[in-house]
Amino acid sequence: MRALEKQRNILDFTLSSLGRRKGKNIALVLVYTFVIFLLASVLFFSHSLKKEAALILQDAPAMTVQKLVAGRQDLIPTHYIDSIRQIKGVQSVAPRLWGYYYDALSGANYTLMVNADLNDRAGEIVIGNGVSWRSAAGKRNQPLRKNEIIPFKTYDGSALSLKVSGLLPFASELVTADLILVSETDFRKIFSIATGQATDLVLQVRNAKELPVIATKITQIHPDTRPILREEILRTYDAVFDWRSGVIIMVLAGVFLAFIILAWDKATGLSAEEKREIGILKATGWETTDILLMKFWEGAAVSLMAFFMGIFLAYLHIFLASSILFAPVLKGWSVLYPHFRLTPYISGYQIATLFFLTVIPYTVATIVPSWRSATIDPDSVMRM
Amino acid sequence: MIFHPGILALLLGSALTSSMLCYCAYEGVRIIRCWDIRSGSERQLGLERRTYLVSMVMSYVLGFQLLSLFLFIYTADTLSPLFVGAMCAAGSLNVNGFGYPALILKIVSCLLSGLWLIVNFTDNKAPDYPLIRTKYWLLLGIAPFLLAETSVQAGHLLGLRPNIITSCCGTLFSIDANTVMADFLALPRLLSQIAFFASIFITMALGLSVYLKAKGVYSFSIASFIHFLMSVAALISVISIYFYELPTHHCPFCILHSEYGYVGYPLYLAILVSAVSGLGAGVINPFRKIDSLHDVIPRIQKLLSLISILANSLLVLIAGYGILFSNLSMAAY
Amino acid sequence: MIHLQNIRKVFNAGRPNEFVAIEGVTLAIDSQGATALKGPSGSGKTTLLSILGCMARPTAGRITLQEREITSLPERFLTEIRRETFGFIFQQFNLIKGITALENVMLPAYPNGENYVSLKKRAMELLDLLNIGGKATSKVEWLSGGEAQRTAIARALINNPAIIIADEPTAHLDTRLSAEFMEIMRQLKQEGKTILIASHDPIVYESDVIDRIVEMRDGRIVSSGDVP
Repeated sequence: MRALEKQRNILDFTLSSLGRRKGKNIALVLVYTFVIFLLASVLFFSHSLKKEAALILQDAPAMTVQKLVAGRQDLIPTHYIDSIRQIKGVQSVAPRLWGYYYDALSGANYTLMVNADLNDRAGEIVIGNGVSWRSAAGKRNQPLRKNEIIPFKTYDGSALSLKVSGLLPFASELVTADLILVSETDFRKIFSIATGQATDLVLQVRNAKELPVIATKITQIHPDTRPILREEILRTYDAVFDWRSGVIIMVLAGVFLAFIILAWDKATGLSAEEKREIGILKATGWETTDILLMKFWEGAAVSLMAFFMGIFLAYLHIFLASSILFAPVLKGWSVLYPHFRLTPYISGYQIATLFFLTVIPYTVATIVPSWRSATIDPDSVMRM
Repeated sequence: MIFHPGILALLLGSALTSSMLCYCAYEGVRIIRCWDIRSGSERQLGLERRTYLVSMVMSYVLGFQLLSLFLFIYTADTLSPLFVGAMCAAGSLNVNGFGYPALILKIVSCLLSGLWLIVNFTDNKAPDYPLIRTKYWLLLGIAPFLLAETSVQAGHLLGLRPNIITSCCGTLFSIDANTVMADFLALPRLLSQIAFFASIFITMALGLSVYLKAKGVYSFSIASFIHFLMSVAALISVISIYFYELPTHHCPFCILHSEYGYVGYPLYLAILVSAVSGLGAGVINPFRKIDSLHDVIPRIQKLLSLISILANSLLVLIAGYGILFSNLSMAAY
Repeated sequence: MIHLQNIRKVFNAGRPNEFVAIEGVTLAIDSQGATALKGPSGSGKTTLLSILGCMARPTAGRITLQEREITSLPERFLTEIRRETFGFIFQQFNLIKGITALENVMLPAYPNGENYVSLKKRAMELLDLLNIGGKATSKVEWLSGGEAQRTAIARALINNPAIIIADEPTAHLDTRLSAEFMEIMRQLKQEGKTILIASHDPIVYESDVIDRIVEMRDGRIVSSGDVP
C-alpha cells in the first residue's frame, strides 16, 4: 500500500511539474505527435489497403486462367473451356471479359467489366463512385446520376452512348471506384473483340487442396496458358503493401532520427531551474530511485500523450481526410482515386508495432539523460 | 528479407536492447574490477551511481523483452499468409531453422532478466551490497543469451522469403509428425491434464509453505521449474484444444487471437510470472547466510511465493474455464 | 549523537584541480542543543554540514550516527537516514517555484508513501503552527520573505526530524527576519530538537540560542567550545 501511495504521490508531482514547464514540453510533444502521426498513417493506410484487397479477393475465383502470347497476356479462345471442364475436380469454368478504357474527355482510365446481369440490358452501365465524379467533367461539383449518358469511343472509331442505370455500393470503394459494368454486347463493340474469345477464364473447384494439381494439368493440356491462384494474388498484394509501408518507414527514419536527437537534447539540456529542483528534492530526502521514477512517469506521460494524439490524428487523416498526405505513394498511380474513403480498421498489432517503432527508441534516448539528472549531488543546492 | 513494419520494429527493438545490454556488461566489468564499498573516493561514488543506471536499463530490457516476445509471435502470425501452407505463427516460425530457436531464446531471456532483477532487488536491500560482484558476473552470464536472441531473431527475420513452402500449425503440431512436439501430444490427454493440474497444485502448496512457514524454498523452486515445462507442454497438448474446440488443433499461438478473447496473453503471462517468481526464490536462497541479507531474503521469498500463488491461481482459472466450458466433448475421442 | 572522526573530503582527486575541502576534522554533536558552525566562506562549513547531514560521503574518516556506523553507507540508505533524521533549511530557502506553499512542505514526505490526505493534514498543522496557514494555497513566488522563511522551516519539520540543519539561513534576510528566525529555532530547541547552523552572521552565533560554537578555517576546526 505504501509503495502504491508513493507511486501516486510521485506521479502527482510529476504531472504538476510537467504542467509548470509547458513551454519546454509542448514543442517536444508536438514533434513526437507528428512523428507518431506519420508512422501511424503509413501503418493504418497500408493495412487498410491490405484488408480491402483481401475483402475483394474473398469473392474472387479460386483460379484464373490466362493465355500467353510471347510472354504477354492475350485473349483466350472460349473453346478451352470444354477441355478444362473435363479435368477431375473442376466444378465450373466461365469466361470473363474485362479491360481498361481510356477516357480522353476526363483523362482517366476506367476498368470495364462485363456483368451477366446486364446482358439482356444492352446499352446500360453500372458505374463506381470515382467514375461518377470524374465523368461529370464541366459540372464537377456534382456527381453523375442515374439515367445520365456517358459517351464511349469504340476501337473502330465510332461512338457509343451508354446510359447509367446504377451506382456501385461504397463498401469496397478502393477497388470499385474506377469500375464500369457493361453488357457483353457493348463490351465487344467497344473493344472490337470477336465472339469466341474472352479476356480470361475463371474456375471453381471442389476442393481447394487440389488447386495446384489442377493448375499443373491445365498447363499440360494448354501449354500456352498461365493459371493464377487466388492465394498467390493475395500474397502478392500483402507483400507489395508491406513492402511499400516498409520503404516509407525507412524514408521516415531521417525524420525520426531528428526527433530522437531533439528528445536527447531536451532531456540532456536541463535548465538551471530544473537542476535546482532536483537538487532540492534530493537534499530534502528523495532518493535517486525516486527521481528516476519521476523521470519515468514524465517520459510515460509525454509518450502516452503524443502516442494517443498521433494515433488519433492519423485516424482522422486516413479514414476521414482520405490520406491526402501520401496516398499517391502508397496507392500507386491513378487519377481516379482522390475521393475514396477506407473502411476504418485498427488492430492491436499495429499499435504494438507503432509502440516499438516510436516509444521504445524515445525511451532509450532519454535513459542516460534522466539518469544523469537523477544523480545530481544532493548537496549541490548548498553549493549554489 | 520482407520489408514489413513489424519486422523493422522487432529488429530496431532488439538492436536497442542489445546495445543497452552491452553497455551494462561494460559497466559490469568495471564494477567487478574496481568496486570497493569502504572507499569514499570519487571513483567509487561514480560506480555506485552507475549501478542505478544498470538497474534501470535492466528493468527496461525486461519490459522490452516481454513486449517483443508477443510482438514476435504476432508478427509471425501476420506474416503467415505470405508463406504457402503457413496458416498461423507456427507455420511462419518454421520457414527457416531460426524461427523456433529465436522464440525459445526470447522466452529464456525474459526468464533470465526477470531473475537478474530479483537478485538485484535483493542486493539493493542490504546496505553493504553483498551481491554486487555476484550479480554483475550473472549479468555477464546472461548477456550472451540476449545477444544470441538478437542475432537468431535477425537471422530468422532477414531470412524470410515469401512463398517458401512451410508446414502449417496443423501439420507441425499434429500427432503424425515425428518431432519432439509429437511426443508431447502422444501423452494420453487425461494423464497430461492430471499432470498439469498436479504440477500447479504442488507448486501452489509448496509456495504456500514458503509463504507461511518460510520452508522448502528449493522444492518450491524446482517445482516451479517443472511446472513451467509442464505448462508449456500442457498448453500445446491439452489447454489449446479446449479453447479451439478442435481435438486436432494443438497450436499454442492461435489462442493469442481475438477469436479466443486474447486468452493467450494472461495465460502466457501467468506462466512466465510463476516461473520467474518461483525460480527467483530459489536463486536468492543461497545468499541468506550473508549477515546483511539474513532478514531480507525470507521477506522477499515470501513476496515471491505470494506472486507465484496468485499467478498460478490465474492459470487455474483460465485453464479450468477453458476445459470446463469448452464445447469440445472429450467423450467422443 | 553524531560523531565524526578524522574526516577528510577531497574534490577532483588525482586531477590538477584537486581540492581538499576539509581535513582531519573530529567532532561530536550532542543531542538537544544548538551548535553554530562559524567561519568565512570557503572555510569548509558547507562541506562539513553536508557530511554531517548525510548528504555526502567523506573521502576518508568515520561517521557514526546514534551508535550506528554510516561511513560507507551507499546513497540509497543514506537518503533514508537523511529523510528520517534531518530537516534542512537552505540559504535563500530553496522553495520550488510554481507550486503552493503546502505542496512545498509536503514534498520531502512523498517517498515515505504516506497517505496523501493524512500527509496534507500534517502539513497544514505545521503551517498553522508557524502562523502561515492562511498562505497554504498561495504559490511560493507570491510569499513575502518572512512567509517563505516559515514555509522552508515547515518543510524541514514535515518528517519530524531529530536534527535541524540550516546553512546560512540569514544570509539574505534583514535584521528583523533574522531575529525572528532565531526565535523559531529557540522554540524548536525547547521542543527537544538538535539544531545545527552554519553561519558567519553575528546575529546567529552571538544569539543566546546557541550553546556551542565551532569555528572553522581552511577546512580545519580552529576552535570549539561551549558558549558561556
